[in-house]
Amino acid sequence: MELTNLAIREAHELLKTKKISSVELTQATLNRIRDTDSKIKSYITVTDELALEQARRADERLAKGENITPLTGVPYSLKDSLSTRSVRTTCASKILEDYVPQYNATVVDKLNDAGAILLGKTNMDEFGMGSSCENSAFFNTHNPWNLNHVAGGSSGGAAAAVAAGMGLFSIGEDTGGSVRMPAAFCGVTGLKPTYGRVSRYGVISLASSFDCVGPLARNAYDCALVLEAIAGHDSHDSTTYQAKVPQYAANLNKSIEKMRIGIPKEYFVAGMDAGVESALQEAIRQLEKLGAEIREVSLPHTQYGLPVYYLLQVAEASSNLARFDGMRFGLSVSENAQDSLDVYLQTRRDGFGDEVKRRIMLGAYALSAGYYDAYYLKAQKTRTLLRRDFETAFASCDILLAPTSPMPAFKLGEKTSDPLAMYLSDVCTVSTNPAGVPALTVPCGFSNNLPVGMQLIGKHLDEQTLFQVAHAYQQETTWHERLPPL
Amino acid sequence: MKYEPVIGLEIHAELLTRSKMFCGCSADHASASEPNVNICPTCAGLPGALPVANKKAVELAALVGLALNCSINKRSAFARKNYYYPDLPKGYQISQFDFPIAEKGWLEVNADEKNQIKVRVRRAHIEEDTAKLTHEKNYALVDFNRSGVPLLEIVSEPDMRTVEAALDYATKIRAILRYLGVNSGDMEKGVLRFEANISVRPVGSDELRKRTEIKNLNSFRALTRASQYEIERQIKIYESGGTVEQETLGWDDARGVTISQRSKEDAHDYRYFPEPDLPPLNLSDEWIQSIREQLPELPEAKTARFIADFELTPSEARLLTSELSLANYFEEVVRHAKSSPKSVSAWIAGEFMRNLNELNVEVDSVPVKALAQLIDMVTDKTISGNTGKAVLTELFKNGGDPAQIVKEKGLAQISDEGFIQEIIAKILDDNPSEIEKYHAGKETLLQWFVGQVARATKGKADPVLTKELTLKGLEERRK
Repeated sequence: MELTNLAIREAHELLKTKKISSVELTQATLNRIRDTDSKIKSYITVTDELALEQARRADERLAKGENITPLTGVPYSLKDSLSTRSVRTTCASKILEDYVPQYNATVVDKLNDAGAILLGKTNMDEFGMGSSCENSAFFNTHNPWNLNHVAGGSSGGAAAAVAAGMGLFSIGEDTGGSVRMPAAFCGVTGLKPTYGRVSRYGVISLASSFDCVGPLARNAYDCALVLEAIAGHDSHDSTTYQAKVPQYAANLNKSIEKMRIGIPKEYFVAGMDAGVESALQEAIRQLEKLGAEIREVSLPHTQYGLPVYYLLQVAEASSNLARFDGMRFGLSVSENAQDSLDVYLQTRRDGFGDEVKRRIMLGAYALSAGYYDAYYLKAQKTRTLLRRDFETAFASCDILLAPTSPMPAFKLGEKTSDPLAMYLSDVCTVSTNPAGVPALTVPCGFSNNLPVGMQLIGKHLDEQTLFQVAHAYQQETTWHERLPPL
Repeated sequence: MKYEPVIGLEIHAELLTRSKMFCGCSADHASASEPNVNICPTCAGLPGALPVANKKAVELAALVGLALNCSINKRSAFARKNYYYPDLPKGYQISQFDFPIAEKGWLEVNADEKNQIKVRVRRAHIEEDTAKLTHEKNYALVDFNRSGVPLLEIVSEPDMRTVEAALDYATKIRAILRYLGVNSGDMEKGVLRFEANISVRPVGSDELRKRTEIKNLNSFRALTRASQYEIERQIKIYESGGTVEQETLGWDDARGVTISQRSKEDAHDYRYFPEPDLPPLNLSDEWIQSIREQLPELPEAKTARFIADFELTPSEARLLTSELSLANYFEEVVRHAKSSPKSVSAWIAGEFMRNLNELNVEVDSVPVKALAQLIDMVTDKTISGNTGKAVLTELFKNGGDPAQIVKEKGLAQISDEGFIQEIIAKILDDNPSEIEKYHAGKETLLQWFVGQVARATKGKADPVLTKELTLKGLEERRK
């Protein structure tokens, strides 16, 4: 039994029955990180001591048998955009290289309460700006299935860590595909919940109206367990839903017979990788065998998803990143500064990477007097059309099925010189964020020995149906159980 | 050519809430023990922190909007105003832009001694205050205790044509804010700040010329002086054939001049956009109605009622209604006193206010019943007016019961006709030569005799009665 490859549910059984201790499990995972992560580079910070301390406390809790949750004693990793009290939180940026938050993100508090064990903070594209984890100010993350390929982005470290057995689950953040795309590239299951289902408090914002914190894990059941722990209304985040959090995992064994699954034709684009396409066709057949009703639907404004997303995201980001000014925290470059403006300019010049600067400029431009109506406002109106596309589609089906990415993980360096090509890799994931709907990616095969992800998109707050379909699929398939050849 | 000013005012009023606009920190920055104690990740602008709108502040803002005859927008929204300054931790201020909470109101103000005008209120919107900067020689200190305190910005149309009108508008807004309990009006503490937009034009013209904006006027005096100065400055420019440039000005109170801070060319592009961290405010008709029901009687209405019900003059009524506490006190005294409201008003406006200002104390430092009793004692001639004044001063200084004070100090007025007559008879008997002079035509001596009576009775004899009886006694002896 390889402890590091356990699913949460399996680990929980072993912990509860005292067959293993949390300290053993945590130590095994820390050893795995020590031995393996030099190849993958998924962690920016590993919190060994803290993890073992938390594990000891979890073992006490397990010994007493009090207040045990499915995550008690289970080690996990956290994207480095979520604030952790006393643990450096960098957002993979030089501007926050030495920043240690004074408070925990709400999600971190919830996971602490549940008794989960924090292993460390994972690599990402700087401030979430990127699709390959190559925009980290520190290092690239490698795809565990082929080290010459990217892990995807921006939550590349999170996905690679789960795939390579360096944590039983991970918390990522998805603004335009940042959980789903790397999860698909690395062959793990990943959820972007409904916007507002999980608190954003303490999550360093990229684009406030898109950002969604979500789990990456070995299967849909585990994602359901984690979502149960982290979802819910937060009095610190007024964009969170009041709606009660369902017991997702307890209700997964329902049949998907007569489930209406819509296939949006716009997502099966010309130029799609042949291996991805055949893997998806096979997955559709599998779901049909399970009794689902497959039908074609249309999301007619899909072509505007990318421009709407990249306009509004950069606009919000340009404002969200204004607070990194060298005045109160993080990098401050004040040598030879004559006034505060010099400090702002020097700090931001030295602290931000090229992609971040590019997006701040684009965003500030889109919000400028004289351009606002043509760019920001028009994009907001089109956002409404994207949302309506989904509403219309959901009138005739229960979920939608699409590729998570039209191709498997590309090579490191392949797209770094062409920002636009990089943006295009988000084409299948970006539309769900402006619409706010939840989406889950599930491993469904391989193309050229690289994982392929199937994306299931649901109605607002209907994560349950996504989990249910994915779970039914994973009961019949083993793609999610494959391990990378490390 | 004769010129007239065109004035619009922006008033920034802190809202008296317990916590800040977007976080749970105390909003009471004035009482903070030291800098940067009432702060949290949200108001310090730490990464990942989010705002949550303060419900009470929204209520107070709506209350002010209704008091200023505005319509309350059922859907209003927050927006980000983006700019860099060390007192602005997020690099943007959360404000309202396209959809303010209140719009299209009005307020009646006195344009001059005779004329009233209606000044339109364009909008009132909620925003957050900035941190406080203290500039030192080579550096500046930032205190975030004030960062995120709720502010209401009340913007008028450029409807005022005299400095008096602007001053009256500002005074009335301050009184209304205090009546509503939403702002202390304490301008030394900076809880109320004015900005004046000023242009001038030839009388009779209806053009709107280029205006200047004078920032951060922290007192009525600064508002008046800065406006006067700026009007004269602009008139001089036009008279010498120049043109006024649109710019932002500061007011140098010590030198009494406006100074240029920013020209139009350097004007910020604030890149306003809807605040994505906060859902829009959706206010129901029922909610707005419930706020409307909280509206107290406002100064204008109270003044009108005092004139009608208590037969006061407009200036008496305005004085009494200038502060809610004073108006309430007056009404309470009227309720407890047998004397007419008119005489209560005379006492409060005169001796009472004099003591109040001299001792710098609150109205309730003399209990309502005590003042009512005191005024009644003067009215029913138990004591004289002068004695009343002395007793009032005693009440302010040492408190007590007026009747008791009068009794203990033997201050009660003597109105016993026979007793006074006896004293007069004795004085007349003792001064035959003065009587002779009086009878010979020196009538001013009447006052001397009255004075003698007052001296003999230590001022307690009813002065009117004394005068009457003295005159009678002198006439009787003419035979």
